[in-house]
Amino acid sequence: MVNDTVEEIEHTADWAIRVRASDLQSLFELAAEGMVNLIGQAENGASSITRPITLQAADLETLLVSWLEELLFILETENLILKRSTVQLLSEVQLLATIELQLAPELWKEIKAVTYHNLDVQQTTAGYEVSIVFDV
Amino acid sequence: MIRKQDMRRLDAMRWEIPTSYREDMLVPVQIFASEQLLEEALGDKSLQQAINAATLPGLAGPVLVMPDVHQGYGFPIGGVAATTYPSGIISPGAIGYDINCGVRLLSSRIRADEVEKRLSDLATALDSNCPSGVGVSGSVHLNVKELEKICREGSGWALKNGFARKQDLLRTEENGCIAGAQPSAVSARAKQRGRTQLGTLGAGNHFIEVDLVEQVFHPDAADAMGLKEGALAVQIHCGSRGFGHQICSDYVREFQTAVKRYGIRLPDRELVCAPLDSPEGKRYLAAMACAANFAFCNRQVLAHHARRAFEQTLAGHVADWDLTQVYDIAHNMGKIEEHEIGGKPTRVCVHRKGATRAFGPGFKGLPDEYQPFGQPVLIPGSMGTASWVLLGTEGSMALSYGSTCHGAGRVMSRRQAKREIWGEDLRQKLEEDGIRIRAGSLPGLAEEAPQAYKDVDQVIDVVTKAGIASKVARLTPLVVIKG
Repeated sequence: MVNDTVEEIEHTADWAIRVRASDLQSLFELAAEGMVNLIGQAENGASSITRPITLQAADLETLLVSWLEELLFILETENLILKRSTVQLLSEVQLLATIELQLAPELWKEIKAVTYHNLDVQQTTAGYEVSIVFDV
Repeated sequence: MIRKQDMRRLDAMRWEIPTSYREDMLVPVQIFASEQLLEEALGDKSLQQAINAATLPGLAGPVLVMPDVHQGYGFPIGGVAATTYPSGIISPGAIGYDINCGVRLLSSRIRADEVEKRLSDLATALDSNCPSGVGVSGSVHLNVKELEKICREGSGWALKNGFARKQDLLRTEENGCIAGAQPSAVSARAKQRGRTQLGTLGAGNHFIEVDLVEQVFHPDAADAMGLKEGALAVQIHCGSRGFGHQICSDYVREFQTAVKRYGIRLPDRELVCAPLDSPEGKRYLAAMACAANFAFCNRQVLAHHARRAFEQTLAGHVADWDLTQVYDIAHNMGKIEEHEIGGKPTRVCVHRKGATRAFGPGFKGLPDEYQPFGQPVLIPGSMGTASWVLLGTEGSMALSYGSTCHGAGRVMSRRQAKREIWGEDLRQKLEEDGIRIRAGSLPGLAEEAPQAYKDVDQVIDVVTKAGIASKVARLTPLVVIKG
């Protein structure tokens, strides 16, 4: 077992995070949390809404990119930011999630895209690890 | 990691990494840099990324690296690659998510010393007329049909709808409209994002600046551009907003499987590509043109709003408050062009990511008044520092596929900048230096601090000494509007 962690790592022009988790579900949930922490925060005390998400992709990395892109799309088009998520991976290419969203009144920075730059979900002795670079 | 001793020096401002450096390189990498800027480039992974780009299939010549290079994602920012058309490839990631991110410059006859007391009001008026920040909507809401017209017509849509003058379009790269746009190649998601974003600046390193024309180096060219020492000028730096970001994301995802179909092996998944003459490649080009045209139109609408802000603030206080377009140019784009490569005219797709087209004198696409001088090149510096107006040269046509640098280039990571610089302190410092700041986000402001960037004057020194651009004027900021 590892402590599930997400940390910002150095990148000259863009933003990058490293996520470590004991299982893939937690890796996806933490990646979303790490991305949201970079761009803003939900309004304290604001009411939240919950909705399901289903995604399918060609491979595990693409599923991860699609998951994070989905959250960015909701943020940009509905001004709703992720508060909490519960991810269930049906396989390495299919995801079911429940996301809790809140109004995003205070955004710090725009993420233009989730990139595939050196994106590789690696299995370690203690779980899984991935580094994600965001274009800002 | 690449070291200086792995390179050979071609001349005072050019270095080469030969194909022998790594066995999968198909072409050399040529770097435009002084000794100091080369050392700075060696400080991150930008040259490693250029070496990765040198493995792309169908490259017609060396991968080029501009002196403002810094680490990006996949392809370095400040990189140029030319692939043979139509048998070579196109790589969306080598153009970037912000398709047709670019710069527009407007000149004026307003003397800075005449309006110094009104600059704070001008900053406020620009800030309220030109929406900026994350998730902000513009004043022009479009239905899908109108958005698709913008995809096909670019700045022409703005002209028809009262946001432009004919001269604005004549003084825009490709007259503000790239041919071959097909809205059917654009996803419904991209259209949904684009519908509310026309006439918005966005966030990050995008800005509107009011500058002082501090020094003119080429009086005839500056005169043709309407740039006068001591007068105000306006720069607008932004791109295709969420519309372009979504288009690039869609195609980077789609090309993940295309590379497998075409048997293309790459060192980084972000470099995914497809042959230019494949169905996937053609559709990306058609979609990229839609985003490029949206970006031209976006900067045009912002220029219209900037003119309104000038009128609101300065009418009745100065004799002439009008803003005249100097030029508008992209620095993230893929273009089909003809260049002499290996002594032969060759049709290529030039990928410029954080690099500016810089065509020399006599180029047919230029308006008549610029023909003797070459294409204007607009180089924004970092916030609070100088920007430059340059010209394309015969040297840029011969050495760099008609390309030059695009800005100052970062040296400090965003994380380090956030850690070391406090946004409010920076704002105060800039205000003390006489720069009026309107910023949506103080942490965002800190990340864009001048100390996070290279010295733009050093970058300009390299491109002019290398002969891939020549100087027209140096601008210094008076007002900065940031998202």
